[in-house]
Amino acid sequence: MSVRMLESDLPICFSQVGIVSGGVTILNDVSLTFLGGAPTVLIGPNGSGKTTLLKAAMGLLPLARGRITWAGQEVSAPARRAIMFQHPAMLRRSAAGNIRYALSAAGAVRAELERRTDELLTLVGLESLGARPARRLSGGEQQRLSLARALARDPAVLFLDEPTASLDPAATKAIEDVVRSISARSIKVIMATHDLGEARRLAGEVVLLHRGAVIESGSAERFFAAPATEEAKRFLAGELLI
Amino acid sequence: MQENVSALQLVLTGDPALFAIVRLSLTVSLSATFIAALIGVPLGSLIALTRFRGREPVIVVLNALMGLPPVVAGLAVYLMLSRSGPLGRWGLLFTPLAMVVAQTVLVTPIIAALTRQTIEDLWLEYRDELAAMNVGPLRRVRTLIWDARFSLLTALLAGFGRAAAEVGAIIIVGGNIQGFTRTMTTSIALETSKGNLPLAIGLGIVLVSIVILVSALAWGARRAAERFAG
Repeated sequence: MSVRMLESDLPICFSQVGIVSGGVTILNDVSLTFLGGAPTVLIGPNGSGKTTLLKAAMGLLPLARGRITWAGQEVSAPARRAIMFQHPAMLRRSAAGNIRYALSAAGAVRAELERRTDELLTLVGLESLGARPARRLSGGEQQRLSLARALARDPAVLFLDEPTASLDPAATKAIEDVVRSISARSIKVIMATHDLGEARRLAGEVVLLHRGAVIESGSAERFFAAPATEEAKRFLAGELLI
Repeated sequence: MQENVSALQLVLTGDPALFAIVRLSLTVSLSATFIAALIGVPLGSLIALTRFRGREPVIVVLNALMGLPPVVAGLAVYLMLSRSGPLGRWGLLFTPLAMVVAQTVLVTPIIAALTRQTIEDLWLEYRDELAAMNVGPLRRVRTLIWDARFSLLTALLAGFGRAAAEVGAIIIVGGNIQGFTRTMTTSIALETSKGNLPLAIGLGIVLVSIVILVSALAWGARRAAERFAG
């Protein structure tokens, strides 16, 4: 798998971004900068705006206010970014067919399709399940297939939305191992999770969201050792942020 | 009982008159279904994937037209093709082609409405993924139609079933002319009224067999979908 040069796509800057849906403000005045390096993990309670932030970064949601820039430029089409949704839709074809489709959509040449499909299936540990209809894979296998499909875009930045939600520990470990492997290949990972354990295991940086606003952001080490805000302290203590 | 035996003999011995009627019926209904598919699948997909003013009333009307009474469809086509109608100079009335047109009018809303529902449901499921993959509009449509192919095949079979079983439209525009526009359903109606029950029952057996075959094909398509596409 080829390795992208991050400098051409990063940093991703959110400048006073606001998103409104059905008259409800989902993100409010969010300003953030995502740099290269270890994964950035978005944490926060349900409804805090994590998924919306990822979708906005992917260009899948219109902004009501503010702007998002990639290496200083506004980009509308998701050319060098990919996303794995919390509930990925499986195309009605085999696991390998799903990856071939994503590769083809990303412009891969026909001669390379089989080789890269096999590569990606192996990367996510599904090499023995390539012929199986994707919709008949288990939940964890579907998540890994979705990850492989996202990687077919050969992204510089990969967004993961709750990639291990509702998975058992073994399936969670399999996904986290792939995430580490991806991150080691210089692909910037930005993921949302409500699992603090997962955030501790994977995060280089942490962003805490609550009610559509950024409460705190910074290095994971500092955040978990000495959170600066009252909300972060309460969240880490397991209290409910309402 | 005697009629049933005679009817079976007609079917099993391959009675030429009976099979000429069957052949014409299948030709008309398959042609109508094919043309209706060419119109209905793109039309249904277009309505599923676009948003325009008046879309919801269009969907309501389309769904209502699935239950269009065949005699009304036949009457409408009759008025179009009759000598004083706008297409009267083509001289199509009381020909097999007129029957194809009438059945196409009947079947197109069925295929279009079922396609619209199928494609729209699949689009809701795929929308974010395809957008994230930056898939263009034409490829989206191709993907949705291909991935929905087994469900769409069921829609086509439903359309064909409707065409093969109807009598009201084709008897109006075809005229039930022996050896020319006489189909299974119109023959059954005529032969029953004449008291020629063996032929009517024989045709009934063939027609019911075709309907069962269509149902079996729909079932097979569903199973194939589960096996090959999940």
